[in-house]
Amino acid sequence: MVGLVGHNGAGKSTFVGILAGTVVADEGSIEAAGVVGHGHAPFPAASAGVRTVFQELSLCPNLTVAENARLVHADLRGWGWRRAAGRRIASALDAVFPGHGIDAGSVVGDLSLGRRQTVEIARAFSGGPGPLGLVILDEPTSALDGHASGQLLSWLDKAKARGIAVVLVSHRLNEILAAADRVVVMRDGRIVADERAEGVSRERLVALMGHVAGGTAGGAREALATDAPVLLEGREAAGGHGLTLRAGEVVGLGGLAGHGQTRFLLDVLDGTPWLRAKAACAFIAGDRANDGVFPLWSIVDNAAVGAYSRLGRGGFLGPKRLRDLAEEWRRRIGIRTPDVDDGILTLSGGNQQKVLFARALASDARILLMDDPMRGVDVGTKREVQALVRAEAAKGRAFLWYTTETEELAQCDRALVFRAGRIVAELPGDAITEEGVIEASFRDHAAA
Amino acid sequence: MSTTLARRLRALLPAIALALLLGAIFWLQPRAMSYFGLNLLLNLSIPIVFATLSQMLVLTIGDLDLGIGGFVSFVACVAVTLLADSPAFGVLVLAGAVLAYALVGALVQLRRLPAIVVTLGMSFVWFGLAVIVLPSPGGTTPAWLQAALRLKTPLVPLPIVVAAAVAAVAWFLMMRTSFGAVLRGAGGNPVAVARAGWSLLTIRATLYALAGCMGVLSGLTLAGLSTSADANIALRYTLLSIAGAILGGSEFTGGRVSPVGAVLGALVMTLAASFLAFLRLNPDWQIGVQGAILILILALRAGLGRLERA
Repeated sequence: MVGLVGHNGAGKSTFVGILAGTVVADEGSIEAAGVVGHGHAPFPAASAGVRTVFQELSLCPNLTVAENARLVHADLRGWGWRRAAGRRIASALDAVFPGHGIDAGSVVGDLSLGRRQTVEIARAFSGGPGPLGLVILDEPTSALDGHASGQLLSWLDKAKARGIAVVLVSHRLNEILAAADRVVVMRDGRIVADERAEGVSRERLVALMGHVAGGTAGGAREALATDAPVLLEGREAAGGHGLTLRAGEVVGLGGLAGHGQTRFLLDVLDGTPWLRAKAACAFIAGDRANDGVFPLWSIVDNAAVGAYSRLGRGGFLGPKRLRDLAEEWRRRIGIRTPDVDDGILTLSGGNQQKVLFARALASDARILLMDDPMRGVDVGTKREVQALVRAEAAKGRAFLWYTTETEELAQCDRALVFRAGRIVAELPGDAITEEGVIEASFRDHAAA
Repeated sequence: MSTTLARRLRALLPAIALALLLGAIFWLQPRAMSYFGLNLLLNLSIPIVFATLSQMLVLTIGDLDLGIGGFVSFVACVAVTLLADSPAFGVLVLAGAVLAYALVGALVQLRRLPAIVVTLGMSFVWFGLAVIVLPSPGGTTPAWLQAALRLKTPLVPLPIVVAAAVAAVAWFLMMRTSFGAVLRGAGGNPVAVARAGWSLLTIRATLYALAGCMGVLSGLTLAGLSTSADANIALRYTLLSIAGAILGGSEFTGGRVSPVGAVLGALVMTLAASFLAFLRLNPDWQIGVQGAILILILALRAGLGRLERA
């Protein structure tokens, strides 16, 4: 059994996809059980005896458990296929997760996330056409509770004894260390270490996963006046951390991707009973194409849309005022364009992002919510935006900055680490390092 | 438990709506409660049932077919001209039309086009072809087709027999076979189905081809009932079929479909029109009231859907 670990975006899921035949490799070849796959063509995973449990669930929510089993078992056909599929998945569930309490006839959409995950895992072990040679599990335990995770790990031990190879991708380092024979560490799309599990410690793994360039880039931070007005106050339910955001602060939201950071920003934006913003908020989207730009509009309109009510007179927009605003921001943050009346899509991604910054900063919002806006933005633009954030914070604005890059997180005054939708730790400025964040993200697993 | 209750209620909604409408009609006009009365009342439902099933098949994969009305009109026009004059050529044209439907499905999949736009465009194509085939209203439906729809089935009138048979076949195909499970799965989570080794292209083309077959049956039965045709004959079927399928429990998002519900929904849509005629409502108001009934039922459905999720 091989454990595969690495930070966000290290290429683990891409690697799994190539093995599973859903992502096509650009070059190289794969050989398994006598089946050879080359680059530029999907790897024939099923016939090579490879089964995969993907990170995002690959069950159809509208079908029953048995019907989902049928999707991967091409040999189930003819009369009585429903009962046969039901028996097959039920016996696999019984074997892996004794006492699971899942009926093969129930609709997957009605099951809890954890139960769906158990079904998906059991499906990979439920037999089917061809021999079972290798099972790849991409974050199989992320939705499982401790009990079910334990059941899975002991089952994997038994599978190993039956001669089935297992690749286990997980952020839960303790699991990897406990279950795997070998640990492979990936970083930035490459394998950086391949060691026997007995010889490796948690700390060493964390260090291997971490970025070399971390930490100190933050530079001098001015001490904040503790009497600055509080712009946002949040209490958190049992076990979580609260949040106080003062004017002039830049607070980072970190942790593993997709652990509720974006949801949190949206909660701040909408307001919830436990999160009350005391000033206007503006949202800077990271997913530019989906919830950022208006693709058919000009740069001027894209930048000024947040300020329409301020710039309008009696319900009419003054084209000149809008243009002035856009020109001003073009100068201030260096949007590279020959003409601000051009369409927004004529700009590069980084410059589109700048327009979105201009939109948020041109509004009168005092709290700015940044949803990993630097995704796919070049280094130069990043620097410029970081300087801009600092300058605006100095003028009394406050930033909540979700980022998946530790280097950016290190720029913040404080960082909140998220796990499973909750704030699990708050790191002061000088403790924000890759190791610190990973350590905080995994801290309560060590206890569990 | 309220979830299962809400789900059951939602599944029963089309049946309840049908029972209420039938009850109201029988109360207004007791003579409708007979073999002939029911036959007259439900006659026009046969083509609508087929059109609704066609729409449901397209909804299965999360698409919407805005061309079904034009397509049914076209088929009806072919039925009263080409099919009557030279049956072999007529059959060939209809087979080509089904093939065209499959190609539209393949095009939507390959180019990742919004189905709503492609089928809207196709509706004009079908309408144009219908006008070319039959420039002015008229034509004659082949005698065998007319006879088939005048069939006097024992005990229960033909429309009910057809509706029940079609519902049973569609239910078995979509809900009980593994083939149907894959088709529905592609609507629920296309990525998962593709990962399991199925071709989404084949699935979508198959669904569209089946939808085309249902459209052909709809056009033929419509021509059989009306004995002649014109190019505008079925244009309102587009909205009727969408309303019927959604009323019957299908979802716009794909994956969740109910063949039995769709058939019942089609019957409700047919009866709603007759019901208003029985009320002696001013015809100027009828379409508006029909729309209001539809909004009422769909609002009920949406409410039950919310209960289900809660």
